[in-house]
Amino acid sequence: MTELADPPKESFRLGMLIYDTRYRSLTIQVVALIGFLVLVGWLINNTANNLATLGKPINFSFLNDTAGYDINQRLLDYNSQSTHWRAAVMGLLNTLLVAFLGCVTATIIGIVVGVLRLSNNWLVARLMTIYVETFRNVPVLLWIVFSMALLIETLPSPRDFRGDDPAASMVLFDSVAITNRGIYIPEPLFSRGFGDIPVFPDRSSEACVAPEPGALLNDSCGLFQISLNLIAILAVTGAGLWGSRRIRRRADRIQAETGDRPTTWYLRLGVALVPLVGLLWALGFHLGLPELKGFNFVGGTHLRNSLIALWFALSLYTASFIAEIVRGGILAISKGQTEAAAALGLRPKRIMNLVILPQALRIIIPPLISQYLNLTKNSSLAIAVGYMDLTGTLMGITLNQSGRELEAVLLGMLIYLGISLSISGVMNWYNNRVKLVER
Amino acid sequence: MHKTQFVRTQMLEPEEPPVSSRGMVGWLHANLFSNAFNAVLSLLSLAAIYWILSQVLPWMFSPTWYGTSLENCREINGPAGGACWGVIRERWLQLLFGFYPSELYWRPIATFLLLAVALAPVLFTSVPRKLMYFTAVYPFLMPWLLWGGSIWNPIVAAMGFALGYGVYRVIYDHFGNLAASIGALVAPVLWWLFLAAPASSLLQGVIPLGIEPVQSRLFGGFMLSLTIGVVGIALSLPLGILLALGRQSDLLIVRSLSVGFIEFIRGVPLITLLFVASTLLNIFMPPGTNFDIILRVIIMVTLFAAAYMAEVIRGGLAALPRGQYEAADALGLDFWLAQRLVIMPQALKISIPGIVSTFIGMFKDTTLVSIIGLLDPLGLLRSIRADANWNGIVWELYGFVALLFFIACFSMSRYSLYLERKLRTGHQ
Repeated sequence: MTELADPPKESFRLGMLIYDTRYRSLTIQVVALIGFLVLVGWLINNTANNLATLGKPINFSFLNDTAGYDINQRLLDYNSQSTHWRAAVMGLLNTLLVAFLGCVTATIIGIVVGVLRLSNNWLVARLMTIYVETFRNVPVLLWIVFSMALLIETLPSPRDFRGDDPAASMVLFDSVAITNRGIYIPEPLFSRGFGDIPVFPDRSSEACVAPEPGALLNDSCGLFQISLNLIAILAVTGAGLWGSRRIRRRADRIQAETGDRPTTWYLRLGVALVPLVGLLWALGFHLGLPELKGFNFVGGTHLRNSLIALWFALSLYTASFIAEIVRGGILAISKGQTEAAAALGLRPKRIMNLVILPQALRIIIPPLISQYLNLTKNSSLAIAVGYMDLTGTLMGITLNQSGRELEAVLLGMLIYLGISLSISGVMNWYNNRVKLVER
Repeated sequence: MHKTQFVRTQMLEPEEPPVSSRGMVGWLHANLFSNAFNAVLSLLSLAAIYWILSQVLPWMFSPTWYGTSLENCREINGPAGGACWGVIRERWLQLLFGFYPSELYWRPIATFLLLAVALAPVLFTSVPRKLMYFTAVYPFLMPWLLWGGSIWNPIVAAMGFALGYGVYRVIYDHFGNLAASIGALVAPVLWWLFLAAPASSLLQGVIPLGIEPVQSRLFGGFMLSLTIGVVGIALSLPLGILLALGRQSDLLIVRSLSVGFIEFIRGVPLITLLFVASTLLNIFMPPGTNFDIILRVIIMVTLFAAAYMAEVIRGGLAALPRGQYEAADALGLDFWLAQRLVIMPQALKISIPGIVSTFIGMFKDTTLVSIIGLLDPLGLLRSIRADANWNGIVWELYGFVALLFFIACFSMSRYSLYLERKLRTGHQ
């Protein structure tokens, strides 16, 4: 009787690393990882060698040095004695400002154009197609520098506003001046304002010592300052809207109980507006109008050419993409949906709100947010027109002055990466929320 | 009794539709004046079109083709004003070729004419397939024609590929597929790194053949945009496919490396990558390396476009039904065969619109090189507008450059529509 031998023990052979699918994936990954590590190590080694030769090892302390340059558009207090760090923050705020403005206008224009492109009016649909194709097929940088050149070359200079028979005049009841140095619009001022509270004030510094008790502090006290006027206005507006909503709810309830809806529009308007007007009056709200003094306008808010050109070009360019997204989203909802909703007895407005829009938005929103992301990244082209955004400050003048290319570019990239990742985080959250759950 | 019967013996001629729904009037009624709101919109549009044309046409047809400066144009135009086309006549060659030596203009022209020939078999199936051989040669021809130098450089570079193929065949017969693949990868790299340069100079010493070399800094104008754009497009598609496969892969490390790369590149603006190209890339390389600025820009632009391409193709891969992958497995195809024969043809077809818009976006983004100091059309505009003769000209110059880009990008998007129609195989 022959004894059954045990099945041959599977011994590990080197060839199995390649030919056995159980191990092959592991081999590939290890090889890929080693290759990647070798590449990174090689790059880091080169960088370290080169930086050592140049005599500037990686060091971020230059951010605390005095910047020594001016930023013409600043949302917080800044002067040339501030640090590079603060200059970068100013740049970041300017980036966010133009990105926000651009996203808002691009969305409005994009939706209007996208809907009009679907219009059954032949002429309007063709005009909108021309707009979309023109803007989509020409580089955004060209639009930006072109807008800038147009603003500078074609608008009247402040000099033209002078004299008895001026070549140019202010518009909108003499409150807005459109010049080749930018647009001057009225600014909101408060004669009896609450002042600002500094955040993280350094009490020992000179700026935070009030000249007399109760007087306003210097602008440069603290990291930044929060306007109490703004907070008060926001609070009163919010409370007014809340009250108005309460009244509407009450009217809804009464209508549900009795069938009669009380007339409430004057009440709602009053609750929303009266406290606000009262607060504005109490604060001594008035508009500071721009005035021509000497060779230039003073007073008012100065919207610089660079901001306007960038805002205008980015909005129109991105709007042409958004228009296509909106059009695609509406077209993607099949006609059967409308008909089914109509068969249920819904009125056209409710069909739009309850059936079409929720489905179209699910298609429109993700690419729309990625267009916002593109707009934010394209705002870095500000450097071409001298708008002082993050690229202009941190990766522009700061880089040139400190000679810290690696650190400045790295930091700038990380900040942009942070912005992008937070926007895509919002997008993923939205996608998950509205995702169709099938089966 | 007299019976009268009336039975019609012939049909009435059908009446024409009412005037309001046929012919010109019907068209107008349906398309422009169907209701009050549409009528208002139409009238507003007509007014806008009239206003724009009444401004643009007299401006455009101004006899200033031979104007020598803006002042001169203004004299010719008189008080009515008008365009100053003299600047285009004087500078159009510069806007097209930058500072490329004018006696060598035939070279970029030949490059881009041959590009059309090389692209023809790729773009249109009706072109003879034999032309594909020329398409394969073209990548070596293009840099040689543009940058010039010894003819042996492209030949020696091409020999690397021939060497790789030869090594593959030889090793395959003796040691099998894997060793052959590794050999086919390693041998050409060694050849290019260590042997190509001496071989090229040796051959040049024996048989001196070549054309006049042209420095990269002389490159400019629309030619520069086309060069960067074409090379970037050609390289970013395969790289994008690889990245997309990496991102879809089951292998954890490969996937995380791909995701990290794609998300990083997509998260930063292109201009920061170009700053890396212009200021930092030399720091990352061994001391003494100094490679060409245009090459550096092409590398960065390619990496940038590849990350976007990867996302587009990933969308196509995700849109394929799972059954296609399983069917390919059931046929016994290995990974690469399945990709090549089953998955990619379908995934790429789905993603054509996205791929072409990535191409268009990348071609438009080549204008960003003006910010790091290269003289693409926008970079040249700055210096032309700073010229005392032409200081103050806006519409003519920007319009000309915008037209060039528009033609290039618009034809790409039309081609994508054509391709989509041609490849549409589903039921309609």
